[in-house]
Amino acid sequence: MAFLRVTSPHAHTVQDTASVMRLVLYATIPGIIALTWFFGFGTLVNIVWAGFIALVCEAAILKLRGLPVGFYLKDYSALVTATLLAIALPPYAPWWVVLVGVAFAIIIVKHLYGGMGHNPFNPAMAAYVVLLISFPVQMTSWAAPLHTLVEHPLPPGPLEAISINFGLLRDGVDAITMATPLDILKQNKSLMMEDLWLANPQFGLVGGRGWEWANLAFLAGGVFLLARRVFTWHAPVAFLLTLALMAGFGYDSGSSQSGGSPLFHLFTGATMFGAFFIVTDPVTSAVSNRGRLVYGAMIGLLVYIIRAWGNYPDAVAFAVLLGNFAAPFIDYYTQPRTYGHG
Amino acid sequence: MHSVHSIPGGIHPPENKTQSLGKAIAPLPLPARLVLPMGQHIGAPAKPLVAVGDRVLKGQPIADAAGFVSAPIHAPTSGTVTAIDDQPVPHPSGMKARCISIEPDGKEEWIVHQGVGDYTALDKAELLELIRSAGIVGMGGAGFPSAVKLATDKPIESLIINGTECEPYITADDMLMRERAADIIAGARILGHLIKPGETLIGIEDNKPEAIAIMRQAAEGSGIEIVTFPTKYPSGGEKQLIQIVTGKEVPSGGLPADIGIVMQNVGTTAAIYRAVVHGEPLISRITTVTGDAVAVRGNFEVLLGTPIQHLLEHCEFDAGAASRLIMGGPMMGFALENTGIPIVKTSNCILAPSRQELPGEVPAQACIRCAMCAQACPVSLLPQQLYWFARGKEIEKLEAHQLFDCIECGCCSYVCPSNIPLVQYYRAAKANINKHKQDNQRSEIAKARFEARQQRLDREQAAKDAKRKARAEKAKRAKAAGGDAKADVVQAAIARSAAKKASQDPAQAAIERAKSARSGGQPATTPEQKIAKLEQRLATAIEKRELAKGSGSDKLDAFEASVTTLEAKLATARSELPAQTVTTPKAKVPDSDPAQAAIERAMAKRAGGAPSESPEQKLAKMEKRLATTRKKLAQAQAEGSEHVEILQQSVQKMEQKLEQAQRQLAENT
Ligand code: SF4
Ligand code: SF4
Repeated sequence: MAFLRVTSPHAHTVQDTASVMRLVLYATIPGIIALTWFFGFGTLVNIVWAGFIALVCEAAILKLRGLPVGFYLKDYSALVTATLLAIALPPYAPWWVVLVGVAFAIIIVKHLYGGMGHNPFNPAMAAYVVLLISFPVQMTSWAAPLHTLVEHPLPPGPLEAISINFGLLRDGVDAITMATPLDILKQNKSLMMEDLWLANPQFGLVGGRGWEWANLAFLAGGVFLLARRVFTWHAPVAFLLTLALMAGFGYDSGSSQSGGSPLFHLFTGATMFGAFFIVTDPVTSAVSNRGRLVYGAMIGLLVYIIRAWGNYPDAVAFAVLLGNFAAPFIDYYTQPRTYGHG
Repeated sequence: MHSVHSIPGGIHPPENKTQSLGKAIAPLPLPARLVLPMGQHIGAPAKPLVAVGDRVLKGQPIADAAGFVSAPIHAPTSGTVTAIDDQPVPHPSGMKARCISIEPDGKEEWIVHQGVGDYTALDKAELLELIRSAGIVGMGGAGFPSAVKLATDKPIESLIINGTECEPYITADDMLMRERAADIIAGARILGHLIKPGETLIGIEDNKPEAIAIMRQAAEGSGIEIVTFPTKYPSGGEKQLIQIVTGKEVPSGGLPADIGIVMQNVGTTAAIYRAVVHGEPLISRITTVTGDAVAVRGNFEVLLGTPIQHLLEHCEFDAGAASRLIMGGPMMGFALENTGIPIVKTSNCILAPSRQELPGEVPAQACIRCAMCAQACPVSLLPQQLYWFARGKEIEKLEAHQLFDCIECGCCSYVCPSNIPLVQYYRAAKANINKHKQDNQRSEIAKARFEARQQRLDREQAAKDAKRKARAEKAKRAKAAGGDAKADVVQAAIARSAAKKASQDPAQAAIERAKSARSGGQPATTPEQKIAKLEQRLATAIEKRELAKGSGSDKLDAFEASVTTLEAKLATARSELPAQTVTTPKAKVPDSDPAQAAIERAMAKRAGGAPSESPEQKLAKMEKRLATTRKKLAQAQAEGSEHVEILQQSVQKMEQKLEQAQRQLAENT
């Protein structure tokens, strides 16, 4: 009688890659709800559209590479990339922007670099940067959550969002977009912080109006993932702390030259989304705990520098790409001390 | 309370221990046949002492230790030796090895044995000999001969008795502690007497409250402390337990004794007690049988050599339901291909899981670099990086990332969401690197040997040339002398002798050769020194390897490789030895020249060379001499000769000498 000959260990956890990816998808839900509440259905439309493109691209590429399509599609990684990119894009980005972005992320950034687990750059962020450089107008038109003030109409509903994004009501976009709080801050030369706050309805309690709630929602999703041990705290906490610290240095109690308060930076733009859904991307980050502390801190530093002195208002995507680039070097210098090695 | 330290990583797999904890340790009916592998321990397989057809008694030594790192084997019951041949043995590769088969006669007839009443009256060597001759080896899974471990002369601060048993399913040590706590404590005291540690600690995971309570009670007043710590796999690994109870780390590539620690498993400790106090050798052990594919789960006192089939039948094994058959636990045990394999000294568990319990292999997905493996690694490696490098066969990077510090605990594979069989990659990579190194070393040895030969040939050629030249000169000079009518005969003679001196003075030549050798032409050490050194290194390497095996196969392959290479080196050095002793001065020196012989001897001495015979040869010679003397003595006694007394004395002296030599040999190898 011959029994199965396999090597140890024989036991295995129930957790698999697909379930990890699913958890990440679930964790984006609060953030998506917040975005939809404040900015309308544009983001949701983008997510569905992006997900569809991602699956098609992924399947096609897997087929081309001669890999089992069903097996790899089931790891949900394409859907995660698509969802993250769609969240990062302006809610009313036209359909072809989404198409180009997702296709670029999946085909070029992911698969041309060797596929799942091999890509040195975060696909969603690399695609975002390419789109931002290629289509600056479309990529900088963010909706404003003005309906939370009195007298303003509600943001686009599902159908309206579809028609806007797919080009039927393109003219409507201008009516619903405004400069983001980070844009305003960047352009500000003369107003004290307090006055700036009063002069622009885009500012909320501490961050951008609506933005602060979306950030809070992404923070909640991130805490959920932390609790489920999908990633460790090192990279996101280092990222947020460094950003807050830098903002603290640059705040100078709110002069017209001020870079915005730490709270403003933490709860505006893509900060929390970046901290828990992008900086934590395991494939493209440093590998050890110590390495991830350095990696997170570096991105936090870069985000502040780019926000304060760079040409682009939000900086998470650029900072993350630079961080990705540095990750192998960080790994080299932060290899953990192995047992028995002095 | 002894403070405990935490270790990085680790996992909490389902413990699955209660299934086998319901009943007391039960005996097993005698099987129809016992199969005793000669290699149940780490080190050289034992040498059979019996022949097919011999009747053996329970506890009778049937195989003797073959060298220092080895262990004897005893008959687990009385019966007849039916075969000495190659049988499948417990090994991951499913290989066959030399075994002695015994058919029990059911009489359980013991050999005469008796323990030591007061072991404190024995000195260290005697006590060690008791443990060695009882065939005791690490029973926690390693199988390293205990006497070797205990023979350390380093100062020992902590003696740690390992009752952790962190692998899921296994409860053999737990039950042992519950039922035979007094044996363990008594064994620990013997060990304490033996190595005189600063403290004796017994480490137990806190998932065994019954065992802890019983052990605490048994240890009362003995000065032995029971240290408990949170349950986490793999706390029971030797290195991990050391870190937990002392906070120290065994240096990479080092031994626990290097940092003043000796560790023994609780089962081993109890066996040492039985060996010393009752004179019983190691002939049985406690083995857990568990898993959903057996109806009867529990712990059994199993005679060594019992075929697993017998054990499984007793436990109502359902082969159709089993997903596999594992010797050991689900984390580090190995899968058995069939049930004919015997229980050996290290078999702590037979696990027969159903398909629901441990499903078959799941296809691996891509690594998403989630680092869950790194979080789980108890020795702070980066398993995902190692995996990457192992796939790319990047040997340098693998070594830079300390592949050889991986203890193959399986934590990384266990947590990997992509189901990547990481440990399998590491094992393969280690084996690969070792092979690579071995090949390199082998070719280096070959190269060195070739070069040495080349040098020798060159030297010989040069000597020949010099001789020829001298001869030619001599002839020329003779001719010149002959040509000169007034040639002085005396002058010619002087010239001749001078020429001879210049070209042929062997002593001079030998000394010059030696000088040139010393100044770097050749290794400065004599071959004998080299061999001695190699032997020493080999002994350390073997010990390290064995300890590595003991601590959960960490670095095992590396040590294995170094042992094989050292063995190879030693063999070549030995094979070169006679050749060299022939080629050095002697060969070119006329044997008749006594002065030369003296110089040669002096030089050999100067170079520090030992006699060219190996200690084994010496031993053999001594034995022969002893035998002859004994024969003479017998003859003298028979004849009533007056030499009887003298002969008796010389026999005695020789015996003493022989014993001394044997002891020396044991220490050296
Ligand atoms: S746990 Fe598995 S998937 Fe995650 S990093 Fe390690 S090897 Fe890769
Ligand atoms: S098997 Fe090796 S790499 Fe994996 S967790 Fe254990 S020690 Fe670390």
